[in-house]
Amino acid sequence: MRGSWSRILAILLKELIQMRRDRLTFAMMLGIPVMQLILFGYAINTDPKHLPTALHIEEQSPVVRRFTEALEQSGYFAFVRRTVDPREGKALLESGAVSFVIHVPAGFARELVRGERPAILIEADASDPLAAGNALAQAPAILDRALRDTLTGPLAHLAPRPPAVNLIVHRRYNPEGVTQYNIVPGLLGVILTMTMVMITSIAMTREVERGTMENLLAMPTRPVEVMLGKIAPYILVGMIQTAIIIAAAQGLFHVPFMGHRWVLATGVATFIIANLSLGFLFSTLARTQMQAMQMTFFFFLPSILLSGFMFPFRGMPQWAQALGEILPLTHFLRIIRGVMLKGTDFLPLWIEFGAIGIFILLVGTLAMLRYRTTLD
Amino acid sequence: MSELAIDVRHLSKAFGNKLAVDDVNIAMPRGQVWGFLGPNGSGKTTTIRMICGLLRPTAGEGICLGYDIARESDRIKRRTGYMTQRFSFWNDLTIRENLEFVARLYELPSRTAVVDETIEKLGLTHRQHQLAGTLSGGWKQRLALAAVTMHQPDLLLLDEPTAGVDPQARRDFWDEIHALSNQGMTVLVSTHYMDEAERCDHIVYLAHGKLLVEGQVREIVASTGLVTFRAQGAGVRVLAPKLKTLPGVQHVAFFGAALHVSGTDRRALEQALAQFADDVQWEEVETSLEDAFIALMERAGPDARLSA
Repeated sequence: MRGSWSRILAILLKELIQMRRDRLTFAMMLGIPVMQLILFGYAINTDPKHLPTALHIEEQSPVVRRFTEALEQSGYFAFVRRTVDPREGKALLESGAVSFVIHVPAGFARELVRGERPAILIEADASDPLAAGNALAQAPAILDRALRDTLTGPLAHLAPRPPAVNLIVHRRYNPEGVTQYNIVPGLLGVILTMTMVMITSIAMTREVERGTMENLLAMPTRPVEVMLGKIAPYILVGMIQTAIIIAAAQGLFHVPFMGHRWVLATGVATFIIANLSLGFLFSTLARTQMQAMQMTFFFFLPSILLSGFMFPFRGMPQWAQALGEILPLTHFLRIIRGVMLKGTDFLPLWIEFGAIGIFILLVGTLAMLRYRTTLD
Repeated sequence: MSELAIDVRHLSKAFGNKLAVDDVNIAMPRGQVWGFLGPNGSGKTTTIRMICGLLRPTAGEGICLGYDIARESDRIKRRTGYMTQRFSFWNDLTIRENLEFVARLYELPSRTAVVDETIEKLGLTHRQHQLAGTLSGGWKQRLALAAVTMHQPDLLLLDEPTAGVDPQARRDFWDEIHALSNQGMTVLVSTHYMDEAERCDHIVYLAHGKLLVEGQVREIVASTGLVTFRAQGAGVRVLAPKLKTLPGVQHVAFFGAALHVSGTDRRALEQALAQFADDVQWEEVETSLEDAFIALMERAGPDARLSA
């Protein structure tokens, strides 16, 4: 057993030296998290505002003015064009120059006063449902308010009445709906998935490609020793990446941290090990570094798309959710979002920890079985 | 302890449906230096890899250093030094780091001292912090040899250690092999060079995966029963194609500027050569190992392994 530790140490030291010498990879390991965090953290926004809007207004009346003002004040609509031709409005939507065309027909105010329920038409480019959704959801409330503000005095009977029930909605954990609160912790999981799986899978296949594997196999090393020795340095790398991202999450994006640090640390550690064992498994399957890269990406895409990082997990059909449950990222996202935003403790998350644990056990065993001590 | 360092019987290895090694038997006593010869692709590397446990034999069995090659490769690896055909140490580690890594894997006691001594013996003390990848071919081979012998193995397996190395470095390398042999190491070395083969106690010649012949250099040469004549001079180059078709001439080969003509039937050969006595001067020479191998290869015929 003592010999085993010294061989693990030997491999670990060798990896550390090689890692230090490979400047580009080393720079990437630390540069990628920062770059991706800043890029995606600032770029991704699931609540788009200031969407270009064209106004096709055939009548200027106080009600209409109040309504358009309110639309603009909501921050969702930015009026970029005024038009008098319905065909132009259509062309603008088609070309993508505007996301909305708002049409108020002539005689609107007159019909309103007569109680004839005149219509306002909002044409939206709904080809991306996410982009138009929030803005459209705001429109009725904005109209209501505009009507209540202007229909006073003798016209008060035309103003919309408040509903019979006062519906109270609490948007908890992220009341302002800041996208970054959701994206930035998730990015930690995405970045760890990509770098950890890729680096380990490449580190092993590189030995095969360079012919040093034959040498390693000819010396007295056991598979488990090679695996531990190879993986250990990258746990350290993962920890550094985590530290960078958490620091940036709080410093740059002011993401709250409600829970306990140790719960998150445990989550990060298990998640890193899960990804490293998968990388090791890939390296036993791939013959070249190129193949290892390809496998990493085949795994990476579903991890992003099915884990709930990009799209709501519960929005997927059952079978896709079942697939998503296999991915360690799915469970890690629940852990990190829970800990950071909700202050969730360890116990309510035990299923997520358990799921990642099972993943490690299965993948690790498979990797050990696949790892060959011979060249055939 | 068994008298034999390597004792393998009916060893075969197939990759897919291609038989790389076919029914090879080797019984090699401890303490000797054996040469492993044969053309490229004849199965030398595969055989060596099976002996040290890097490949599982498809058929056959064997003992190496008293351990079963199929089941006890862990033990064999600890007592064996295997130098691969291609330089397989880490180019992005320094000379010292490579040696320290190896020393750690073999759990050598007083590691620093052993590594210091190895580097000093190599004469690389002032270059120990240089990356191994920056060494010349000859130095790489010397480093590899030093690395695989640092743990004082009983058996040394060297796979074409001097390929692509300059003549002086080759000589130095062989002096080192003999020095190691004198310390008691058993050495099996594969090579393409006949002068190196002649420095071996015993030769095993593989062709197309089969063991074609083995024995001492003298025995192998004698076993072919060849008579060889040699001619040199300006005219020999045009003679070669004409000679090949004559009765009694079994093979014709150039050795530098000289032409060697061999055959097993002395009278027929002499008659054939007499036709060209006016153009060049013939003299009988001792049949060389290379003559013997060329003849053996021609007798072995084409490679029949593909449809195995």
